[in-house]
Amino acid sequence: MSDVAERVKKIVIEHLGVDADKVVDNANFIEDLGADSLDTVELVMAFEEEFSVEIPDDAAETIVTVGDAVNFLEKATAA
Amino acid sequence: MTQPEAMTDDLIRSGPLAGKRGLILGLANNRSIAWGIAKAARDAGAELAFTFQGESLGKRVRPLAAELGGVVVGHCDVTDAASLDAVFGEIERSWGKLDFVVHCVAFSDKDELTGRYVNTTAENFSNTLLISCYSFTAIAQRAEPLMRDGGSLLTLTYYGAEKWMPHYNVMGVAKAALEASVRYLAADLGEKNIRVNAISAGPIKTLAASGIGDFRYILKWNEYNAPLRRSVSIEEVGESAVFLLSPMSRGVTGEILHVDAGYHIVGMKNPAAPDMGALGKE
Repeated sequence: MSDVAERVKKIVIEHLGVDADKVVDNANFIEDLGADSLDTVELVMAFEEEFSVEIPDDAAETIVTVGDAVNFLEKATAA
Repeated sequence: MTQPEAMTDDLIRSGPLAGKRGLILGLANNRSIAWGIAKAARDAGAELAFTFQGESLGKRVRPLAAELGGVVVGHCDVTDAASLDAVFGEIERSWGKLDFVVHCVAFSDKDELTGRYVNTTAENFSNTLLISCYSFTAIAQRAEPLMRDGGSLLTLTYYGAEKWMPHYNVMGVAKAALEASVRYLAADLGEKNIRVNAISAGPIKTLAASGIGDFRYILKWNEYNAPLRRSVSIEEVGESAVFLLSPMSRGVTGEILHVDAGYHIVGMKNPAAPDMGALGKE
């Protein structure tokens, strides 16, 4: 697992209070991990803080699974 | 080594808000300005009560309230008179009186917090003003009879009330009305020694701010151009709030206190500040 993936999963586990084994790449924040709409905003804010990047609204809307977040952040931090 | 718990006990007995009981509306999470104020008020000795709107906020507010030894009064919809009556009824039953209220409530349709103000709809204008401005007056009406020993009402505003800010739109108009209502409420309630003030905080990345377009650009612009060359934290707003809630500010009412690293005195971009090119990019 990449460093980015590990950090993303740690944030998701802590924020949503879910078991680590549920936080897999294709896990949907809302449908699989029980996030509500405020959680999704808070997660994006937590990712921005952890990785010192900006996630614009239109990009945030496309981040619906753990894997989406990892992919976005891997690209954003590689730039 | 100092013992944090013993220190807290000492402050609760002797801090600037020792023996004071206050209601805080509008806490959402640990990034909220309301949280900065709640923590600072608790550290200053206050006993706190909180409300929330809807269960998705309730589940966030309960653990935070518990962390500060506060009570959660329950759900409160500030647009609903019966809901407000219930909250203040509960405060009267459990505390019998009230010393301060902190109002950190605002709302507007996110779609109208971007683009042009001129496109604001009548429906969103009314709703924004009702929630973001009138609710403070509705709270003052109900707090007044409980503040038998005087009190302090505090609300939050933003510089977008005074000057144009990108995307702030109808919220700027609502905050201007809120600041005017601070003055009218201060005049009405002054004879009962109830003081009414607002803090105009610089931009802070909160849940509410996430609804404002190009927020990061606004934040960065402030950091580059404010006299203190930085943004402000919820802890800094919290400590200024303790001043306005406590007898330290007993001669102050009707005031809009800018806790914004001095940004409001600036007339134009500092020539030494970096140019900021495209929106949000440095």
